[in-house]
Amino acid sequence: MSASISSPEITFHPEHEDTTKPIWRTFWILSFLTIIELSIGLIIYNIHKGENPNATLVLAFKGMVCILTLAKAYYIVAVFMHLGSEVRNLIMTIIVPLCLFIWFIAAFLWDGNSWKNLRNRYNRINEKTPTEQVAPAAKEKGAKD
Amino acid sequence: MSTAAVQQGTKWWSGGKSPFNASYGKVMMWYFLMSDAFTFGAFLISYGTIRFSQNHWVDPNHVFNSFPFAGHANLPLAFVSLMTFILIASSVTMVLAVHEGHKMNKAGVEKYMLWTILGGICFLGCQAWEWTHLLTGQHEVLVNGQLEYWNTTVAHNPFGPEVMFNGKEVATPGPIAFGSYFFEITGFHGFHVFSGIIINIVMFIKTKMNHFGQRGHYEMIEKAGLYWHFVDLVWVFVFLCFYLI
Repeated sequence: MSASISSPEITFHPEHEDTTKPIWRTFWILSFLTIIELSIGLIIYNIHKGENPNATLVLAFKGMVCILTLAKAYYIVAVFMHLGSEVRNLIMTIIVPLCLFIWFIAAFLWDGNSWKNLRNRYNRINEKTPTEQVAPAAKEKGAKD
Repeated sequence: MSTAAVQQGTKWWSGGKSPFNASYGKVMMWYFLMSDAFTFGAFLISYGTIRFSQNHWVDPNHVFNSFPFAGHANLPLAFVSLMTFILIASSVTMVLAVHEGHKMNKAGVEKYMLWTILGGICFLGCQAWEWTHLLTGQHEVLVNGQLEYWNTTVAHNPFGPEVMFNGKEVATPGPIAFGSYFFEITGFHGFHVFSGIIINIVMFIKTKMNHFGQRGHYEMIEKAGLYWHFVDLVWVFVFLCFYLI
């Protein structure tokens, strides 16, 4: 390792392996995960094509794709961006603020969903009889949006 | 180096050294990327909010099912997987350039930077093709009882729910938010790829002029690499939100 001290702020250099093996290993992991994601995508496509698509099954497959994406993100950040070999202080100062996303995603998707429910309920009341009817009329509704 | 690595019980916060064990520039690059992650996150989450608020959304397998020179063949996911692999491959060549930089191998850095730049240009070319295809491809839509031919733009979405018309299934206009979000987010990402290519070209020229060799380290390649991997990281999420789910 000829890595000279690039800055007085650096106390020690994290160990850089001499081989490119971990890089290629990560490349194959990422490719493999992408191929699984694509096959799940094709499964979802075929479920949608068939009669009466099973909404729960589609949702489960979509959840799986989301988890695989997070795994890919982990490998890119930890290995390609070398965050995994930085000191703990630097890792935490990046990762902890990103936890805000947990609330961010949950709150806003919930908001969108509630928006849909309210619109379906009150548009119906205005159009038809003033009874409480929540069942969305997907076909005609979507056409107006 | 391994002897110096991970000194147990180092008092990082007692002064005299960076608690992050990284140069100012690298820490700031990380903070910039974190804030950029929030920008992209906000875009994608607002897309999710609008999508959740609609009764009907566009089926990506129906919109993105074409491939250059494949005519009207129905190939869902094919083109976007090519784009994804191009970006992953260019990320690998970037990390190999950083690796050569650690070894102070100027020729190796130059070689892998060129491959990375090439990968970025290929990706942008693919995106240009896809945008052109969406913006010029005409689709039959039933508008106010009449058949029209629409492109996919920020104001037109010909991929709405299908209804029966004259004995055949015809699409109706879908939520226009689809086009706006698609072009906004992939455009913003494409702009990041573009600026990444510019940064990489600057780094290539500086390597060629041996600036880093004289400086004694290739840390600038590492910083450019961080940006480039971030672009790849964002694409992983754009790919998820627009093409897979």
